[in-house]
Amino acid sequence: MTAVRGMLAGDAQADRVVPPTGFTAWLTLFSAGAMAFLAVFALALSLATGRLADRWGNELARTATVRISAPEAQMAAQTAAALRVLETTTGVARARALSDIEQAALLEPWFGPGLPLDQLPIPRLIEVIETGAGFDAQGLRLRLAAEVPGAVLDDHTRWREPLTRAAGRLRLLGLVALGLIAAATAAMITLAAQAALAANAQVISVLRLVGAQDGYIARAFVRRFAARGLAGAAIGTVLGCLAILALPAAQVEGGFLTGLGFQGWHWLWPFVIPPLAGLVAFGATLTAARRTLEEMP
Amino acid sequence: MIELESVAYSYGGGELLGDVSLSLAPGSFHFLTGPSGSGKTTLLKLCYGALVPSSGTVRLFAQDRREMTRDDVAMARRRIGVVHQDCQFLDHLSVADNIALPLSVSGRDLLAEEPNLRELVGWVGLKERAQALPPELSGGERQRAALARAVIMSPDVVLADEPTGNVDWEMSQRLLRLLIELNRMGKTILIATHDLALIRAAKAHVQTRVLRIASRRLQFAGADL
Repeated sequence: MTAVRGMLAGDAQADRVVPPTGFTAWLTLFSAGAMAFLAVFALALSLATGRLADRWGNELARTATVRISAPEAQMAAQTAAALRVLETTTGVARARALSDIEQAALLEPWFGPGLPLDQLPIPRLIEVIETGAGFDAQGLRLRLAAEVPGAVLDDHTRWREPLTRAAGRLRLLGLVALGLIAAATAAMITLAAQAALAANAQVISVLRLVGAQDGYIARAFVRRFAARGLAGAAIGTVLGCLAILALPAAQVEGGFLTGLGFQGWHWLWPFVIPPLAGLVAFGATLTAARRTLEEMP
Repeated sequence: MIELESVAYSYGGGELLGDVSLSLAPGSFHFLTGPSGSGKTTLLKLCYGALVPSSGTVRLFAQDRREMTRDDVAMARRRIGVVHQDCQFLDHLSVADNIALPLSVSGRDLLAEEPNLRELVGWVGLKERAQALPPELSGGERQRAALARAVIMSPDVVLADEPTGNVDWEMSQRLLRLLIELNRMGKTILIATHDLALIRAAKAHVQTRVLRIASRRLQFAGADL
């Protein structure tokens, strides 16, 4: 920690002993920026899929649907019977049969408007809202089977589980991508730092000759690369955030496809990227400098 | 200050130096001679800790070189001024900044040392060239800048490797006078050179001892010059 503070405090004199480099400085800056840009997206992916998994987990878990397929004549009676069963089931907060208009609205995206639905044998849907504790799905199924032969209970588990699992995987993928980006940044900065150290072998030998300790020499290089990593990542992060802002907003119909982005305080997360990149650059350069200096007389 | 005790040094295959014992006492003035490739530079490198002996013991300021860390060696270098034949500088910094480099790497206050620096630059006759870059200097100017850099920390010992190798006779006399002056101020001086005229010139002004490397051994050649 004191090493970090010493580095940040700075030493203008120490910075001057390493000759300025034009081209490699830009390359380091550019690569750090590009990596930060990608990191913003990986982060957005992780957070968005996390949100998605939560939503599917919570919202779908608290609702269920009962579908009643019965001949036209018995439909009303069976629906009423099913509602009676549901009302007396513990764990069911509310149960409500969907109206014809609501059912038509649900089907419209699939069949288009103007379909004569009233002439088709459409099953009746009952929306069931659970209480916090939930109901015993197996027990309810048995009761419905006994009293309403045309009723089928769908508690969404079949839907939910693969979706939640997929969202979890996506989130993991995002985190793995973040890790890979950090590792690639470290590797790249190590290469750049090593090249800089090799190119400045004469500078280092002069400094050693006049009594510079390894820490002093390393600092001159480390500060430079940490600053470049930090600056490049800051630029990349800002550009990444702008790109996320420019994405089309999430829509109700396809919400889970376009929900990539940050919400609320999650917008603070991307700003962790630049300091983290600076830290990665700091560590990578320090390791490279120590190793290189050890091999010099 | 610097002591070598039965020191041997081998490069890869063969032995370059063997059974070398030497003690540089405070205030002494030594010349080191010998044919090219006889190991003068190697001996100097052993003296400032750049090389570790293959056998025997080198002590810098009573510290065994083998037991010194890299930072210990750096600290010892602040007390040993070194002038190479092909002096190297930081080519992107001015002559004045290069001369002040030992001060900045050891964390001294450069502003406080400013008068000393100016005096030293004047002493080696580089006042006009202080803001030039090292590649713009002539051979003699480089040697004098290197000497100024070597002594700015007021070291106890000055080691010079062929300091007059690249300069004309007049300039070599000037450099020699600077080194003799430093010796009068109490510094220990060791100059490696094959220039016998330089040694004779020095003998007129200062008590010197001449060491010679011959067939891998170090001999005292005090009287026969």
